[in-house]
Amino acid sequence: MQAAVIVFPGSNCDRDVAVALGASMGRPPLMVWHGDSALPAVDLIVIPGGFAYGDYLRAGAIAAHSPVMREVVARARAGAPLLAICNGFQVAAESGLLPGALLPNAGLKFVCRDVYIRTESSGGIFTGHYQRGQVIRLPVAHHAGNYHIDDDGLKALEDNGQVAFRYCTPGGEPGDGANPNGSRDDIAGVYNEAGTVLGLMPHPERLADPRLGGDDGKAMFDSLVAALG
Amino acid sequence: MKARVHITLKPGVLDPQGKAIAQALERLGFDDVNGVRQGKYIEIDLAETDAVKARETVEAMCGRLLANTVIENYAIELAE
Repeated sequence: MQAAVIVFPGSNCDRDVAVALGASMGRPPLMVWHGDSALPAVDLIVIPGGFAYGDYLRAGAIAAHSPVMREVVARARAGAPLLAICNGFQVAAESGLLPGALLPNAGLKFVCRDVYIRTESSGGIFTGHYQRGQVIRLPVAHHAGNYHIDDDGLKALEDNGQVAFRYCTPGGEPGDGANPNGSRDDIAGVYNEAGTVLGLMPHPERLADPRLGGDDGKAMFDSLVAALG
Repeated sequence: MKARVHITLKPGVLDPQGKAIAQALERLGFDDVNGVRQGKYIEIDLAETDAVKARETVEAMCGRLLANTVIENYAIELAE
């Protein structure tokens, strides 16, 4: 398996995700600069966290139109697996690869802490090593993670099984301050209709090694390696 | 010609910054504020002199980049 991590000016989790993904893959992924219009043939594309282009205009809006994204969007639309974490989720939503949009956090503050999320579906390429309903702990670090989608869009997500993760308490229940940003329906991550693109605000790459205090995120990278070879 | 674009959050989309501004206004004693919605204002200087064509161009800019129509509305004004 080979993967490419897209690097924008302002990306800051590109190396973290390269280390976590590389540990599962057994070799480092390729790093592809945003200004490149050529993207090597890979089995997985990752858009990492950070603040691409300083979040100017809207988080992810400028990055969504950078040269490499034209190719990323074309590949993802053709079925190439894409993992979009945090700022990557914002970029993917702005690119139209994922439904909905990410607004500034309801509390107006940058939120940086561990959260618990419940795995809402399993068996796909991203969550094969998680059980449905499994609660995992991952860090969030964002200012615009407040997932917005209209009523019809929310119903479509539910009907198609496109909700990937929801914020929850350690016991897996909603409420009690579990939602860090005001996201609609506690949504922390969504799939595209085909289940080949995952966008999520929490950072699996930041807790993918017990030496960092936890490895709940590692199963996502292991799932991808198992599914994509 | 010049284009002036106002971008506003659609009704029903949470605007925490607007809420914070409303609360600050109340604290300053402006007690007749029913609500505040914050938006963006963008000025674009265009080489185009035909208003119809200029509007078409700015519409395309709004649809593709300036506004996220999932959450935002936009209004365009043109001036010489």
